[in-house]
Amino acid sequence: MTRRLWSAPARGADVLIRGARVVDPLAGLDETLDVLVRKGRILQVGTGLEAPTGCRTIAADGWLLLPGFVDLHTHLRTPGREDEEDLASATRAAAAGGYVAIFAMANTDPVVDTASLVQALALRAQTEAVVPVGFFAAVTRGLRGEQLTEMWELAQAGAVGFSDDGRPLSSAHLTRRALQYAKVTDRFVAVHAEDESLTRGGVMHEGAVSAKLGLGGMPPVAESIEVDRALELAAYEQGRLHLCHLSTAASLEHLERAKKAGVQVTAEVTPHHLTLTDECIRSLDPNYKMNPPLRPEADRKALAQALRSGLIDCVATDHAPHAQQEKEVPFEDAPFGTLGLQTAFAAAHQTLVASGALKLPVLAERMSQSPARIAGMAVPTVQAGEEANLCLVDPRETWTVTSAELHSKAKNSAWLGAKMKTRVKLTIAAGSVAWEDGAR
Amino acid sequence: MAKRDLISIDDLSAADVDLLLDTAESFLPVLQRDIKKVPTLRGRTVINMFFESSTRTSTSFDLAAKRLSADTIGIKAKGSAVDKGESLKDTIITLSAYSPDIIVIRHPRAGACQLASANTTASIINAGDGKHQHPSQCLLDLFTLRQAFGRNLRGLKVAIVGDILHSRVARSDIAGFQLLGMDVTVIAPPTMMPREVDSLGVNVRYDLAELHKADVIYLLRIQQERITQGANFLPSLREYANVWGVTRSRLRPGQKVMHPGPINRGVEISAAVADDPDTLIAQQVEAGLAVRMAILYRTIVGSTDSDTKEAL
Repeated sequence: MTRRLWSAPARGADVLIRGARVVDPLAGLDETLDVLVRKGRILQVGTGLEAPTGCRTIAADGWLLLPGFVDLHTHLRTPGREDEEDLASATRAAAAGGYVAIFAMANTDPVVDTASLVQALALRAQTEAVVPVGFFAAVTRGLRGEQLTEMWELAQAGAVGFSDDGRPLSSAHLTRRALQYAKVTDRFVAVHAEDESLTRGGVMHEGAVSAKLGLGGMPPVAESIEVDRALELAAYEQGRLHLCHLSTAASLEHLERAKKAGVQVTAEVTPHHLTLTDECIRSLDPNYKMNPPLRPEADRKALAQALRSGLIDCVATDHAPHAQQEKEVPFEDAPFGTLGLQTAFAAAHQTLVASGALKLPVLAERMSQSPARIAGMAVPTVQAGEEANLCLVDPRETWTVTSAELHSKAKNSAWLGAKMKTRVKLTIAAGSVAWEDGAR
Repeated sequence: MAKRDLISIDDLSAADVDLLLDTAESFLPVLQRDIKKVPTLRGRTVINMFFESSTRTSTSFDLAAKRLSADTIGIKAKGSAVDKGESLKDTIITLSAYSPDIIVIRHPRAGACQLASANTTASIINAGDGKHQHPSQCLLDLFTLRQAFGRNLRGLKVAIVGDILHSRVARSDIAGFQLLGMDVTVIAPPTMMPREVDSLGVNVRYDLAELHKADVIYLLRIQQERITQGANFLPSLREYANVWGVTRSRLRPGQKVMHPGPINRGVEISAAVADDPDTLIAQQVEAGLAVRMAILYRTIVGSTDSDTKEAL
């Protein structure tokens, strides 16, 4: 059964990228090279390459050429809330962020819980998406946490995996059944780990900042308890588990133990949990309200360290568009979530790589090749013969995140107004130019 | 002499099974006669206690006893003192006062037969206890296989497909098939597979990819209540049919299909397969009568009187 991605047909790129620092852990590359792309395929990787006639050249001295990023966690808002985001706007934002593939969560309206809905979305993606899109299907019908979806048929339709993300699985029983039944499909179950009985009424991390602000707290144990439970069940059932957006150091302790014991588990961390802390919330800006919430510095450090060691497998954005009128309310009333696709690499690069917390090849691997492997798709790599799935980054260009810069329909970015020191210049996804800075 | 019970297929040796099946075969001509009755168990009393609904098993045990000229009494939970809350133990003690020779019991709970046996001098025959055992079904399945494949079933490959977790037929057949040297594979959704089922010496598969390897495909009924809310053994019957349902196109020529009934057309078995005269499903039902006659007969006379011809 194939996991599928869909995008609108586009012309294969013909371009010679000259003099970029090519960083590709899979290809074992970290050196200055030229990369020739012809008809969407990487024809040559070398030095002193000449552009054939009819092939343009990009002088990329001082820029980075990386395998294109893959996002395992996008909220597409389609179907149902196309006023917030649609396939075209989300994939434009993704392309501008260096992404060559994104996977959409199932908590739309209606919920993606039938094969016909996956097929309908796939059809729309084939006319609207500038970057290939894949789809998660729900674990339970309508995300109600009651009855399993027809996972086999959904997998046949191309679903990449199963998740009720946005909500936790309602019981250990259901988590167990999902892990058991998903085996039939050779797909993983992605879990949003949260004990809702502990987070009810909470709007941010429970700690010093919530104490000061008088906001309802979401205790970190609400996550780690559920992480532990899901891991125990995955171990018991030998199921394939993916942990969404881990945010606490305690969750990582459980994860480490499980991985050492051989549990089939992968995990992701968001750019915001890697780069921001609950200190941001002192401003009471609703764009800093997400679930799981921003945590204190100690957790942020632990997450970055875990991403470096590989304990956490990948970066995933949890890109969550919300209409302006829904975020322009007092902090406590705002919905959870921030945009992420367009700023993910820049945020991680300028915070983690610049500070020395993470080496660039490791970040590239965790944003591109590792999530691609988890999704079971072709792994982007800068090697001759491969379809071109790459991005070109200027690691020194400064820019300010403004509403006008953001391609998403919604503008609720935690980085709105922030100065970025890294900018994606070109993205070639599935062989086609999906984004070129200044060429709009 | 200790009484003989038939509670589990594990109570029998291969020789016991052979004797029972040979005895059943010798009863076949009786069932072809105009007067389908022999005096073998005249003056004996057989009580059929069914605490769960049943068509095939209750009918064939009753008819088997009558064909052997035994006096039969049928008791159902509904309309008996069980309805008034009488315990199984007290019901058995009460009935034992009438000195029955055999009590046939079907009960929704495993262990009912052991409890009954401990409280009566009558022989207990298990006609299905909970999700535990259904030995007469296993014996009629083996009888059917012998009719189709000959006396030696060693090496025959059987795939049991369906809700293994909740099936007493599967538990009986796994043991009985293995007793006669057959190679058993169980196929079920992971949610319907008992944990550590491989400890029973079976091959375990979660899909039909290797179905073609089986000589015999034994289907189990998928019950509607497995998809009710909260149970979550299956997303839907439709999905079961899509993944595990046996259709013509999933069968290779020469494969024999069996099913203990009642069948769910369009779920575990397509209508075309169900109506295919090449299946062994009708033979299983037919075998039920002769095999249950043999079980009743051997329970009374034991194995010493091996010349059944004389008894007829």
